[in-house]
Amino acid sequence: MTALAARVGTHQARRRRWVPQLTGWGFVLPATLVIVGLSLFPAVWALLLSLRDGDLLTGGEYVGLQNYRDMLGDAALAAAAGHTLVYTVLFVPGSVVLGLALALALNLKIRLIGFYRTCFFVPYVVSAAATGILANFVFDPDSGIVNAGLKALGLPPMAFLQDPGQAMLTLVVISLWGGVGMPAVVYLAALQDIPRELIEAARVDGGSGRHVLHHVVLPQLRPATVFLVIWQTITALQLFDLVYTTTKGQPLDSTTTIVFYLYRQAFQLFHSGYGTAIAYVLFLVTLAVSGAVLWRSAR
Amino acid sequence: MKRRSLAHLFLMPLALLFVAPLVWMVLTAFMPDADINTYPPKLWPEHFTLTGFERILTDDEYPLWLANTVVVAGSAVLGHVVLCSLAGYGFARIEFRGRGLAFAAVMATIMVPAQVLMIPTFLLFKNMELIDTLGAAIVPWLASAFGVFLMRQFFLSLPKELEEAAVIDGCSRLGVFFRVVLPLARPALATLVVFTLLGAWNDLIWPLIAISSESRYTLQLGLATFAGARHTEWSALMAGNVVAVLPLVAAFVLAQRHFVATMSFSGLKG
Repeated sequence: MTALAARVGTHQARRRRWVPQLTGWGFVLPATLVIVGLSLFPAVWALLLSLRDGDLLTGGEYVGLQNYRDMLGDAALAAAAGHTLVYTVLFVPGSVVLGLALALALNLKIRLIGFYRTCFFVPYVVSAAATGILANFVFDPDSGIVNAGLKALGLPPMAFLQDPGQAMLTLVVISLWGGVGMPAVVYLAALQDIPRELIEAARVDGGSGRHVLHHVVLPQLRPATVFLVIWQTITALQLFDLVYTTTKGQPLDSTTTIVFYLYRQAFQLFHSGYGTAIAYVLFLVTLAVSGAVLWRSAR
Repeated sequence: MKRRSLAHLFLMPLALLFVAPLVWMVLTAFMPDADINTYPPKLWPEHFTLTGFERILTDDEYPLWLANTVVVAGSAVLGHVVLCSLAGYGFARIEFRGRGLAFAAVMATIMVPAQVLMIPTFLLFKNMELIDTLGAAIVPWLASAFGVFLMRQFFLSLPKELEEAAVIDGCSRLGVFFRVVLPLARPALATLVVFTLLGAWNDLIWPLIAISSESRYTLQLGLATFAGARHTEWSALMAGNVVAVLPLVAAFVLAQRHFVATMSFSGLKG
């Protein structure tokens, strides 16, 4: 009798031990399999691919670090890196500063706030394909509205996306149009989190608007700024969609970015080994930049 | 008072500049091509017409692309809502061996950029004979680390007592999840749905790589490919753009009051 009770007891204890384990894994396993299976496993595979001269059809020969060495002498890649750098240097501070200015204005208790917020955020949900078509239409040198406007103001027309000297700048303007909603919303959320007492105390102490902004508001927004700088840098370094739907890297390769170059190497010229090597270096650069921003902000 | 009028002075022209291209896109969709191709271009449709919309609706491929996109984005949203909320709940509330390791593995994937994964994922799907099927476009969108993180953060912020009461009443874990927890997660789910919809609906580079048959194109891929080819049919292109943009604008407007709230509990704003 007691033996049976004991056996039932251990059975129940075992059940009690196993049930939460299985329930837990039952809840998390499907998502974990999809995410880890389509991320960590291919990431390791990509590292192995980058050591071969594969061509998407065959694995190719093991070539060690040859793909990485080839990158050093690749002038077209260096040019693409330069274009990406110019874009990043203009887009990241531009979008963060404009986003902050918008958020500061939107944080005042003014009328039409919902209208404004929607105006600045809606371009963010418009896809790069739709934005690209719209941009080609608006910035068309011959029939576009922007040149019609310049003409009405008595200014000379410009070639925009068709001028190697202007194309990248035009892409920055289009990206700011589409991309400033994100920092504005993040800053707005952060502003609404600053305790009112903090600002009121600074005011009572006789601080001017600018003083309060510099010594109270901006320091409080620091975590948001760090997040946004990293986020927008990653976005900028990965620029592809807008290039694909507007210039396809032209004119004269002036808008060929790193990811566009990578896409062409891997999926048009079938240099998959070289493509993964470029992707890995881009990954390391992104990590380094994010790390540097975090390290600077921690000091 | 002065600050407020200054804010309007700054915001009003900028806001108009931001919506003007979109308003013009919608207006152009209702203009006949003859009016669009004049210079300087007309801003207002004098001859209101639906030919642009008729043109895309009777097109051989455009309705197919729209249907493909609805299937891809719909599967992405469904996958995210089910898989990410289950996993988020499991990681937030159930203690099991390996939980820390599994969660760390999921979070580690956030750092790996899509570009690194593109080529091996293409090869993997090619071996599975998934390339050039809608499945190839769908599978990578079924769950994401961001979704799991978002839902976990939300479930951590819920008071445990709600669930404990249901457990005492004899409810199973799954019952608690579906009857008590998930209905409370509506604001977080709204954010998850909008972000997933935004990503899956607008994705261009992955369908570009994974799909080659025109009948299996997504809307974005079709738009990007044929923008050049149909350059003179601006009204049809703009009508296509309007259809491609409208569902997301609607989703955003419906869900926007949840955004700021979700950003604060997820710790996204630091």
